[in-house]
Amino acid sequence: MKRQDIILLVIAAVLVALPMVLVKAPADGTQGFQGADSQAQVLVGKIAPDFKPWFKPLWTPPSVEIQSLLFALQAGIGCGFLGYYAGLRVGRNRSREEHSDT
Amino acid sequence: MHIAEGFLPAEQAIGWTVVSVPFVGMGLRSIKCKIAEHPERRMLLGVAAAFTFVLSSLKLPSITGSCSHPTGTGLGAVMFGPLAMAPIGVAVLFFQAILLAHGGITTLGANTFSMAIVGPFVAVGVWRLSGAMKLPMSYGVFFAAMLGDLATYVTTSFQLALAFPDPASGVLGSASKFLLVFAVTQIPLAVTEGLLTVVVLNALTRFDPAILADVGLARLAGRAES
Repeated sequence: MKRQDIILLVIAAVLVALPMVLVKAPADGTQGFQGADSQAQVLVGKIAPDFKPWFKPLWTPPSVEIQSLLFALQAGIGCGFLGYYAGLRVGRNRSREEHSDT
Repeated sequence: MHIAEGFLPAEQAIGWTVVSVPFVGMGLRSIKCKIAEHPERRMLLGVAAAFTFVLSSLKLPSITGSCSHPTGTGLGAVMFGPLAMAPIGVAVLFFQAILLAHGGITTLGANTFSMAIVGPFVAVGVWRLSGAMKLPMSYGVFFAAMLGDLATYVTTSFQLALAFPDPASGVLGSASKFLLVFAVTQIPLAVTEGLLTVVVLNALTRFDPAILADVGLARLAGRAES
């Protein structure tokens, strides 16, 4: 990994961590860092108080824990493939180098 | 950027679906052509899909005190052209709609339009522009991924504003409210996505320098779309 990549990853990590340090918990006692998607739903309720969603999700994860399990699964599947590809390429390149040496 | 299930009036839900379907169809054809041309790129397409899968599952905190997720569509758009990302985006959004109650079937068309069509097209547009301006490749990738991400959330804001115009200030008034929720929150996340996309594309080109030649050429010759 090149130096530039490490610097970029550090900046990315700082960008993710910084809001948690800088932003104070909401004064009204509600939980901070709610999803923007659900905030938008609240906003819809404010703009159009009479609106009722006309279709319900076919299935909803029974708890926040189950939901985070499924999100982790999604990330895990993706990362698994990325890692598989990286390993495959590195291995292939290495064996090509070995063959060209002999 | 997920508009929740049942939150768009039926005619708009159908409208966005009608708009999105042709792009997904053309995307499938574009993928098929690319794989036929370069069978060895099949794995790389998987990488583009996996990257979107991972990034759209990460809900990151933002300076606005809320959380949202990047889209990850810029990487694939730069490597395979904007159309290829439409079917990949649909797959990710479908997974989230069915298993996570995130987004929805009725809003799949609208969410596809913002994440899998507008985002990738903006990313490729920026990518080409950066090529015309002779920006170094990393900068081009960074801005492409970042602005593609941001464009997705701007689109979502306007989709919601169109569905729920403010009684006093109309569609634009409503849009400014949704933009505050979505686009402002998204700014630092879009930067993060831009940085991660550069790191991943750097790694990919290290594994296989042929990719570099290909996407670099595509950028200069404006071939990425065909």
